[in-house]
Amino acid sequence: MKNNKLAILLKGIIEENPVLILVLGTCPTLATTGNVISAFSMGIAATLVLICSNAVISLLRKVIPDTVRIPCYIVIIAGFVTALQMLLQAYLPSIYDMLGVYLALIVVNCIILGRAEMFARKNPVLDSVMDGVGMGIGFLVALLLMATVREVFGTASFAGNSIPFMEYFKIPILTQAPGGYLVFGFLIALMNKLNQKRGGVKKKSFSCEGCPSASACHGSCEKGVKEGEANV
Amino acid sequence: MFKSLILILMGGVLINNYVLQQFLGICPFLGVSKKVNQAVGMGVAVTFVMLVATAATWPIYTYILFPKYAYLQTIVFILVIATLVQFVEIVLKRFIPSLFKALGVYLPLITTNCAVLGVAINNISDGFNFVESMVSSLGVGLGFLLAMVLFAGVRSRIENIKTLKSFQGLPVTLIAASIVAMSFYGFSGVIEGLLA
Repeated sequence: MKNNKLAILLKGIIEENPVLILVLGTCPTLATTGNVISAFSMGIAATLVLICSNAVISLLRKVIPDTVRIPCYIVIIAGFVTALQMLLQAYLPSIYDMLGVYLALIVVNCIILGRAEMFARKNPVLDSVMDGVGMGIGFLVALLLMATVREVFGTASFAGNSIPFMEYFKIPILTQAPGGYLVFGFLIALMNKLNQKRGGVKKKSFSCEGCPSASACHGSCEKGVKEGEANV
Repeated sequence: MFKSLILILMGGVLINNYVLQQFLGICPFLGVSKKVNQAVGMGVAVTFVMLVATAATWPIYTYILFPKYAYLQTIVFILVIATLVQFVEIVLKRFIPSLFKALGVYLPLITTNCAVLGVAINNISDGFNFVESMVSSLGVGLGFLLAMVLFAGVRSRIENIKTLKSFQGLPVTLIAASIVAMSFYGFSGVIEGLLA
C-alpha cells in the first residue's frame, strides 16, 4: 500500500513528467524560465495550488455533478489561486511583481485542470494529494532544468550569482522569447532520445491527449481537426 | 488619441505579440497550426472571443468589482469568460449557423486559453480605458492570427523534411517557432519610428 503511494509520487516526477512527457503547461514553462528564481517561484506556486485543488476536488468527487464538473473545478482552482495571490502580495511582493500576470494564469494552467480531470476525480484524497505532490515536483524540476540552461548560458549567472569565465561564452538570446522555444525543443528531443534508449518510445505530439480542454470539449477539437482536413 | 490607438493596435500585433514574445496561448499555437485554414479559423475565433471577453470584463471590473472587490478579479474573469464562450456558442448556433460552422469547433477550446484571460487581465493592469482595451484586444487577437498563419505556413514545410529521429514531431516544431519568434524582433522600434 505504501509502495503504491510512492509509485504515484514518482510517476509524476519521471515517468509522466507533466512538462517533458505529457507536454502540459507549456505557457508558464516558457514564460517564467528566463531566470532560476522566477522559475522556482512559479514551480512552487503551481505545486501548492495543484496539491490543494487535487485534495478538494477529490474530497468533493461524489458531490460535484458530472455535467458541470469543469466549471466547478475552475472555481475551486481560481479560489486557491486568488488566495495565493493575496498571500504573495502581502508577504513576498517582489515575487508577486516578478511573476505578474502569470500568477493569475495558474488558473488556466493545463496541468492543474488536467490532473483534476484525469486523476483527482477518480481517486481517494491521499492518492490525489500524492499525485499533486509528484506532478508538482515534476513541473518544478522541468522548470528548473529549463531555467538553469537559459540563465547559465544566457546571462552567465545562476540564480543571480555570476559564474566566472562563462561570460565570454554567453548567448543573450536564450533568455528572450526565441531562446525559450529553442531550449524547450532541445530538452524534449533529449527526452525522446532517452526514451528511445529505454526502448519504450512514447509518441508525443499535440492532440486531444495533450490538450487542457480536451475534457471540456468532448473531442470536438479532434472532430474539428478531421473536419478541417476534409475541407481542404 | 488616434495615434495612441494605432500604437496600441500595432504593439499588440507586432511588438508584444502574445504568442511569440509573451508565451500566452501556446497550446492552440502548437496544436491547431498544422493546416493554414485551421489556423485561420482558430485565429479568428480567438480574436472574436477576446473582443467579446474584453467588452464584458472591462465594465464588470470597473463598475462592479473596483475597488472593493478587486481581489475577486481572477475568479470572476475566468467564470465570465467560460460562461460567455458557452453563450456565444449557443447564440451563433441559433442565429448565424454559417459562422458557427466555421468557428464552432474552436470555441470550447478557447475557454481555458490563457491568452484570453491574459488580455483581459492585462487591459486592467495597463490602465486602459474601454476604447483602448477593445483596440488592444483586437491587436492581440490579430497578432495571434498572424502568428498562427505564419507558423502554419512554416510547419507545412517542416512536415516534409527529414530530421533526426529524436527531433521528430514536437522538438523540430518548437525550434521552428523559435526562428519565427526571432523574426519578430525586427519589428521592435519600427512602429514608434513610423509614427514619430
